Amino acid sequence: MNPQAIIDGLIAGSTIGLGAIGLTLTYSILRFANFTHGDFLAWGAYLSLSLMGLIGGLLAELGVRLAPFSFTLALPLAVVGGIALTVLLALALDKLLFGRLRARGADAIIIVMASFGASMALRSLLEFIYTAQPAYFTTALQIAKPLGLGLRATPDQLLVIGMTFVLVAVLHLIVTHSAMGRAMRAVSENPALAGVYGIDVAQIVRLTWIIGAGMACIAGVMAGLLVQIRPYMGFDLLLPLFAAAILGGIGSIPGAMIGGLIIGLAEAFAVQIVGAEWRAAISFVILVLVLMLRPQGLFGKAGG
Amino acid sequence: MDQAPPSLLLDARRLAKAFGGMTVVNEMSLQMGRGEILGIIGPNGAGKTTLFNLLAGAIPLDRGQIVLDGQDLSGKGPEARIGAGLARTFQIPRPFARMTVLENVMTAAQGQSGEGLFSALLAPARSAAQERANAARARDLLDFVSLSHLEDQPAAVLSGGQRKLLELARAMMAEPRLILLDEPAAGVNPALLDLIIDRISTVNAQGVAVLLIEHNMEMIARLCPRVIVMAAGKPLAEGRPEDVSRRADVIEVYLEGMPG
Amino acid sequence: MELLAYCAFFLTIAMTYAIICLGLNVQWGQTGLFNVGIAGFVGLGGYISAILTTPEAAERIGGFGLPIAAGWAGAMLGGAVLSLAVGLLTLRMRSDYLAITTFGIAVALQLVFQNAETLTGGAFGMAFVPRPFAGFQGNAFAFNLANLAVTCAVVLALYLLLEHLLRSPWGRTLRAVREDEVAAQALGKNPASLRLQAFALGGAIMALAGAVQAHFIGFIAPGNFLPMMTFQVWAMLIVGGSGNNRGAILGAVLVWAIWALSGALIAEVFPADQQARAASLQIVVIGVMLCLILLWRPQGILPEIRSVSRHLGRRHKDQ
Repeated sequence: MNPQAIIDGLIAGSTIGLGAIGLTLTYSILRFANFTHGDFLAWGAYLSLSLMGLIGGLLAELGVRLAPFSFTLALPLAVVGGIALTVLLALALDKLLFGRLRARGADAIIIVMASFGASMALRSLLEFIYTAQPAYFTTALQIAKPLGLGLRATPDQLLVIGMTFVLVAVLHLIVTHSAMGRAMRAVSENPALAGVYGIDVAQIVRLTWIIGAGMACIAGVMAGLLVQIRPYMGFDLLLPLFAAAILGGIGSIPGAMIGGLIIGLAEAFAVQIVGAEWRAAISFVILVLVLMLRPQGLFGKAGG
Repeated sequence: MDQAPPSLLLDARRLAKAFGGMTVVNEMSLQMGRGEILGIIGPNGAGKTTLFNLLAGAIPLDRGQIVLDGQDLSGKGPEARIGAGLARTFQIPRPFARMTVLENVMTAAQGQSGEGLFSALLAPARSAAQERANAARARDLLDFVSLSHLEDQPAAVLSGGQRKLLELARAMMAEPRLILLDEPAAGVNPALLDLIIDRISTVNAQGVAVLLIEHNMEMIARLCPRVIVMAAGKPLAEGRPEDVSRRADVIEVYLEGMPG
Repeated sequence: MELLAYCAFFLTIAMTYAIICLGLNVQWGQTGLFNVGIAGFVGLGGYISAILTTPEAAERIGGFGLPIAAGWAGAMLGGAVLSLAVGLLTLRMRSDYLAITTFGIAVALQLVFQNAETLTGGAFGMAFVPRPFAGFQGNAFAFNLANLAVTCAVVLALYLLLEHLLRSPWGRTLRAVREDEVAAQALGKNPASLRLQAFALGGAIMALAGAVQAHFIGFIAPGNFLPMMTFQVWAMLIVGGSGNNRGAILGAVLVWAIWALSGALIAEVFPADQQARAASLQIVVIGVMLCLILLWRPQGILPEIRSVSRHLGRRHKDQ
């Protein structure tokens, strides 16, 4: 077996894990499986791409490549703006659609259905604006450097893996050690009671979207940087995202990340045996196994 | 297992249930004879509702054994108990609000073959014949609880007391040997209370045993020759209602249970 | 004449969607089960029927040349078995898990359609799926009309069957479970088993729709069973009125009409190289419509009617 699968798996797993964080948070705090989450990844990538073009056009001096990486300073700047816009998109969707349904006391499954409809609309809108042709953050070619043990990776790939770990660690510390994080846990345990204890539930809902959409945007940019940007990229990631969130245990940030890495690695190793055309089936098989053997996930509470 | 006397209907032994380390029903045993009517009273927090739910199968036992007519029900869920002859009502009635009063009662029929997808599709004649028989019986029961005039109405229109009567009719539809009644007098207007007491007593006269959990002492005194006073998850006293209500220890637990 | 032939063709396709909608209505409208993998169940039915009925082919397994009716029956059986498996796996958990798992089923089946070439013909699909009334094929109008009649007959038969079930003791018990699961359990009903039955029935009907469609078109390929189809069917049921079998049929015809007309409009208005792009606007419109209906008229055009069991008869006052 080719050891390079470890690197491939870690890279794919980083994207899946970061994306699954938002999914697991909306699931545990807003209590619905959000099918638009994949489209936040795609929108994040496209919004960042557009901003990068804008910044690059306005400030030509930023057009110097940030060696050893493949991109210029315009990309990190654009990502900051992209995160802001993706968060705005999520908040707007909550205000116009999900929030209204919640306020009406609609069944969780109606909200899931609305998210399914919104997901189709958002994805097709991307296809209309940007066409189905793939787009790229950079056309620069990078040479994969040997890391020893027969492993090779490009600087971009190492950056993505490193950044993912830093982001998840920081996020986990914030959520476990701050008043905000305690409030989030309280809302996910019992929203009615949390409100009684003076927790501003609306604030927590906003925070959930901010973290979720922010991470989704970063994950989308990472996938776009290492592979390509397509309107369907988020939709194609949706099943791995759900599988990672459920495997990790709904509500657990480290769980989502570890779930993502397991799925990324499983895909990378499995495609060597069954062929790349079956990649998308791997997360389905894992999902079914988790539902059969440990439906609460690795880090979830039983009976949840 | 020792031989049950022929008159023994319900034999519940050493039932135990704890929630989060707090023992609510504590090794409680209970026997009922065929056709008996038994009242269970006690202050709030004595464990009456939990005992009721254990008997009805709504919550699983921690320990103990429930035998009805020689049949062990201990590990069985609520849907298995009614078929074995143990029906229940709810403290806050749960009618199927958007279904008609008649349909509510008919839903309780046991062994209707048309309730399975295949027999509904493949043996419509048999299920239709059963439906006609069930409808006739459901109508008799509605007559019995004075709800006939409302049979085509959705159950949502019924008053609190009427809902209790509907639940009694539903329970009877299942042809049980024992009915568990959870506070049948709670939230019932006094005009209907007499009717409910009378109907429970008639049901019992037909040979159906009744176990009654109730706060309303008037109802207990009129219906139950024997009551069990529960306190702290186990029986404290047992006997005729007028006797136990005079006992000093019973008065004491009731006073302790009073707020303030 | 050509227009009439097209109308018959259009209505036949709309009626195959009506069949899917009726299946979804059993699962969602009557039972409250959210299936996001409709395309997978429909595709499964289409492929099973195609494999059973096509003439033998050298390049793949199958091609048993069985009669079309056998294909339909095989499709329904396959749809029911798959639904039972999915139901057993997820129905004891929160409702969203069913949604996620059915979504996954559709993705996985799409891969099988694409990649299991020896079984499904791969990306190019299978041709020579036998068509009913193939003898009329020379006359487009007669051919389309005959097929329309068959498809309408299937819709009508399903409609009558489902209405019969709705008024049977089975339908009553299903309503009881949906209204109050705890009370239904106390009356001896088994909610898990009833849901499973309803889910399997719906899945079988969806698979039948796939078979009917495959035999009408005479050709089957993975591209027919994209998530788009799932989405269209949901829009149809929600627009028409979930819980109402007539609403399901009405919604299918209406949304399919909107779809076909807007497609024709796009073909007129946009230049050829922009058409694929403009077609994505169609999806945006349907998606927004779905959300608006959920917000403002969740019951759809034809709301659910309270159905009452049959055989209750009239009360004989003097009995």
